[in-house]
Amino acid sequence: MGLEAKLTQDGFITTTIDAIIAWARKSSVWPMPMGISCCAIEMIASADPKYDLARFGSEVMRFTPRQCDLMIVAGTVTYKMAQVVRRIYDQMPEPKWVIAMGACTSSGGMYRSYNVVQGIDQFLPVDVYTAGCPPRPENLINAVMTIQQKIAKTRARDFQDKPLLELQNR
Amino acid sequence: MEQKNITSKIKEKFGESVLEITEFRGDVSLSVTPNKIVEIAEFLKNDEDLQFVMCKDVTAIDWATRKNRFTIVYHVYSFKNNFNLRIKATISEDPPVIDSVTSVWRSANWYERETYDMYGINFRNHPDLRRMYMPEGFEYHPLRKEFPVLGIPGSLPLPEKPE
Ligand code: SF4
Repeated sequence: MGLEAKLTQDGFITTTIDAIIAWARKSSVWPMPMGISCCAIEMIASADPKYDLARFGSEVMRFTPRQCDLMIVAGTVTYKMAQVVRRIYDQMPEPKWVIAMGACTSSGGMYRSYNVVQGIDQFLPVDVYTAGCPPRPENLINAVMTIQQKIAKTRARDFQDKPLLELQNR
Repeated sequence: MEQKNITSKIKEKFGESVLEITEFRGDVSLSVTPNKIVEIAEFLKNDEDLQFVMCKDVTAIDWATRKNRFTIVYHVYSFKNNFNLRIKATISEDPPVIDSVTSVWRSANWYERETYDMYGINFRNHPDLRRMYMPEGFEYHPLRKEFPVLGIPGSLPLPEKPE
């Protein structure tokens, strides 16, 4: 089976640093549960035993942004809350990814009104949008898996200078 | 105390200041002149027989085209009589000012702040008249009829998008 089989066969494997780092990164994506309203309930459900996000290495929901690399924005983001979401996003270490969970975060959803941001991509770089109001847990898990595919394609040096650049721009 | 006695007692005490008493399916509404609102509130709360000790809500109605544009609505409750009462006071738009009833019912504090936030009604003598929901520095009052549902572009700041 997989890795172990190879190890017993030859005793060693050859790979690239990029591949192994990307593999490690994608297998333990730690989400920041930015649960703002009803979508958060489905996000919680997806971590429960029935749907079991742990199968994909993402069960460790951390309530501090400093330990996370994936922000799941689950809920209606108002203009007042946008400042807070952005501030939490800024506290996450690079590299980081964002899932816009549900209709509200993707487009404002049914709240076509003055106080709701019509899509969080106006102030956050979103990687994956999830459709539904709320999306089923399967749908969220699919989004996490899409993020994993995205991470698998990254190379370590893509992020090499990023924190430095950020520091310089300050 | 019966409903009849309650309304007649208020009418007796304030006479001219009580403009109208209406009833709809057991809900009693009192229309009063806005300059007497604190006096009436004090009476309702402190009178032995009435004891309307609980202020459940303060809100407003925007009539848009009427000369007296805003109606402030108070909902109060008496545990003693198990009785709900609605008080209405109509004011004009210029200026939209009414006395605060926080000195009588302290729970009115946040309700009046909300009403100020949404309708731009200034409550005189309110201890802390700040916005409730909208951010500080927002210039409009969203529940006024002339405010567009989708808001005014650029009136609420958003953080800049990182690349
Ligand atoms: S998309 Fe639907 S379920 Fe999700 S936060 Fe918006 S209203 Fe709630």
